[in-house]
Amino acid sequence: METILEMKDISKHFSGVKALDKIQFNLRKGEIHSLLGENGAGKSTMIKILAGIYDPTEGQIFISGKEVKIEKVSDAKELGISVIHQELSLVPYMTVAENIYLGRMPSKKTGFVDDKKLEEDAYKVLERLGVQDVISVRAYPASLTVAQQQMVEIARALSVDSKILIMDEPTASLTERETVQLLEFVKKLRNQGVAIIYISHRMDEVFQISDRITVFRDGQYITTRDIGEVSYDDVIRLMVGREMKDVYPEVNLTKGKELLKVERLDDGKFLKDVSFTLHQGEILGFYGLVGSGRTEIMRYLFGIDRGASFRIYMEGQELKITKPKEAIDAGIILAPENRKEQGLVLIQDIRFNTVLTILDRLIHGIKTDKRQEKAIVEEYMSKLRTKATSEAHVTGQLSGGNQQKVVLAKCLATKPKILILDEPTRGIDVGAKFEIYKLITQLAEEGVGIIFISSELPEILNLSTRVITMHEGKKTGELDKSELSEELVLKYATGGAENVNEKK
Amino acid sequence: MSTKKNKISREVPTNPIMKYLYLNKGILAGALGIFLVFGVLTEFKFWGRANLINILRLTSLDSIAAFGVTLVIITGGIDLSVGALMACASTYCALLIANGLHPAAALLIGVLIATVFGAVNGGIVANTKIPPFIVTLGIMNIGRGIAYTCSAGTPIRISGDFGEIGNGYLFDTIPYPIIYAAVILAITYVLLNKTKFGRSIYAIGGNAEAAKFSGINSRKVIWIVYTFAGFLYGIYGVISCSKLYSGQPTLGQGSELTAIAAAVVGGTSMTGGVGRIGATFIGALIMDLLTSGLNFMNVPFYWQYVCQGAVVLGAVFIDIQVKKK
Repeated sequence: METILEMKDISKHFSGVKALDKIQFNLRKGEIHSLLGENGAGKSTMIKILAGIYDPTEGQIFISGKEVKIEKVSDAKELGISVIHQELSLVPYMTVAENIYLGRMPSKKTGFVDDKKLEEDAYKVLERLGVQDVISVRAYPASLTVAQQQMVEIARALSVDSKILIMDEPTASLTERETVQLLEFVKKLRNQGVAIIYISHRMDEVFQISDRITVFRDGQYITTRDIGEVSYDDVIRLMVGREMKDVYPEVNLTKGKELLKVERLDDGKFLKDVSFTLHQGEILGFYGLVGSGRTEIMRYLFGIDRGASFRIYMEGQELKITKPKEAIDAGIILAPENRKEQGLVLIQDIRFNTVLTILDRLIHGIKTDKRQEKAIVEEYMSKLRTKATSEAHVTGQLSGGNQQKVVLAKCLATKPKILILDEPTRGIDVGAKFEIYKLITQLAEEGVGIIFISSELPEILNLSTRVITMHEGKKTGELDKSELSEELVLKYATGGAENVNEKK
Repeated sequence: MSTKKNKISREVPTNPIMKYLYLNKGILAGALGIFLVFGVLTEFKFWGRANLINILRLTSLDSIAAFGVTLVIITGGIDLSVGALMACASTYCALLIANGLHPAAALLIGVLIATVFGAVNGGIVANTKIPPFIVTLGIMNIGRGIAYTCSAGTPIRISGDFGEIGNGYLFDTIPYPIIYAAVILAITYVLLNKTKFGRSIYAIGGNAEAAKFSGINSRKVIWIVYTFAGFLYGIYGVISCSKLYSGQPTLGQGSELTAIAAAVVGGTSMTGGVGRIGATFIGALIMDLLTSGLNFMNVPFYWQYVCQGAVVLGAVFIDIQVKKK
């Protein structure tokens, strides 16, 4: 079969860091080629190179045998490369036809848009894709399912004669039925000769539609195989197969009494019947893909969202939590996943933010206990080694790691029995990460029960004393430290083994 | 903003008066500049005692409304119902007195009506997704309509001792409204700077999500802020009623904009989270110095609008430039 795209020895360095290191990739006409790798493996860097967003540091790209340079986004378009992103970019107030021909609508001699031609052309595009009966050219995006909206985006790409279609996690926000719809559609495109680069964290899907797979790991090319040659377990081993570096503190914890029991958490739409327990001195890892329901569970527990049915017991006593204040009073605190949007008042200083959770304790009427306030702020600044000029340093000016430390400080100031950390190390440098790891283990040693959510598997494996895996709103597995392995956790978290029989 | 704050924290004087002067040096300089310019242009007649007392009386009333608006803006909201609620308080107060109710009771009921409207504002803003601009625009029209209805569109005249409240003097020198404003300034200042409630206001305006995750009851705080603002507009309304010996359904037309201008000139950020009561007072003072000065110089009324608009734009522009550094 004809090779349409070939990438040879492509490297991309970011100020000395090799995001891609001499990778190889080739794509044939009429195939679905899945690109696999963990977060940070280099998949998105490669796509950005193809889309004209990044320039490769070295290497060559050939399209239909001819060497090309993709310097700008418009170059990629001219070469027939289109990227369909996870986030949709349809204009909600325009019809399907208008969206497909956005920015290049046919006009009449008078200068007005030629609506008739517009709709005819759009119809032809939809017809070619075989969805003209499902999607009306006059429909507005809001009346379409997410999968159908994605099809409109694809139609837009194909209306400019794209030969190469890059799909970046297209099913991440789709329901199961929509996913089936979309996958069928993608197969149809392949049969029409479109070459498709497919990226998904869902293994079942990859196996269902791919012709070939290519695996990257840590910016390196690992292998390209026909899908028939490999098993599910092979792929995961290829993706992971890496030594752990010694950045994790020794975890030597003794499990204490039961702190928290959550029973049958179910919100009627997404989360299904999730139950778990947390003991003193435990670091309970929650692993799953983004959107698997980890964060949602914690938001319900902490009283941010309402409307789910569940029972929650704190040290055996049943609790009712309807707002965050009640959770805090009960000894539960959540360090949210997005420190800038949910964690900090960025225009205020460290002191203001640190004590925001304990105003009740510090301010009585019009009297602020300034001495205690200062003592608490200083205690956590030194304990967490927050780097700042003073406690009056505005948090918006701190580095990501130090901002995260302020978020942790305001959580710890409440003297929690249960600390829920949602992606506490996301986007912070290695040094700060290590400090946060140490803090987590130290807190657990002091008897705090810790729920640790992370998308980084190595963290989960090395810090957790127990791991719960989530997939599409369901708990798919629960593993004790002794049974932990990357393969198992990944398998459960990608839905590779549904309905795992629970041991506890 | 942030760099400035950071600097302040290191250099800020501890003495409260020095601190106030330091924090407000920009707008104080502006106010002083306007004061000097008008003095010179009017051959120092502008500085006459009677005129200065008059300006202070104006500023006192205006700042009472501006304090309410400042609190609302710090939460990240906006309040357009200022003038309408003043008019409601004023007309009802006059109507009740005209119907023979004891002035003290009428006064309280007048304030109460504006407070209830404020509570409605707050209730809707806190519990629905309707933007504050729309909510208070609606209440503005409802309030104004009610003021017109109860007064049949014309001022309700009253007579007697009631006028003392708005026109009297303490020790024959200080107009009562200045005393009222001073008391309200103190209360609002303490509320905003010394209480848990005040910190919550700053937190909600600075980042509503973060406030929620910190266990702050945003709905309650927002509700109280709009209610308190309504209460302040009510006080303005009844004082005006007394001052003018009549309940005016047209009272405070456009005063929401004057109040917002005072807050903004005083450095309150329209995006929320930033603002100080003491600075709003100077903002109101600047607006009134300007009005009074232009009147003094016989600048036609219509041109005064042009000047005021230019000053607001200029002040905010300079403020943004200074904070960028």
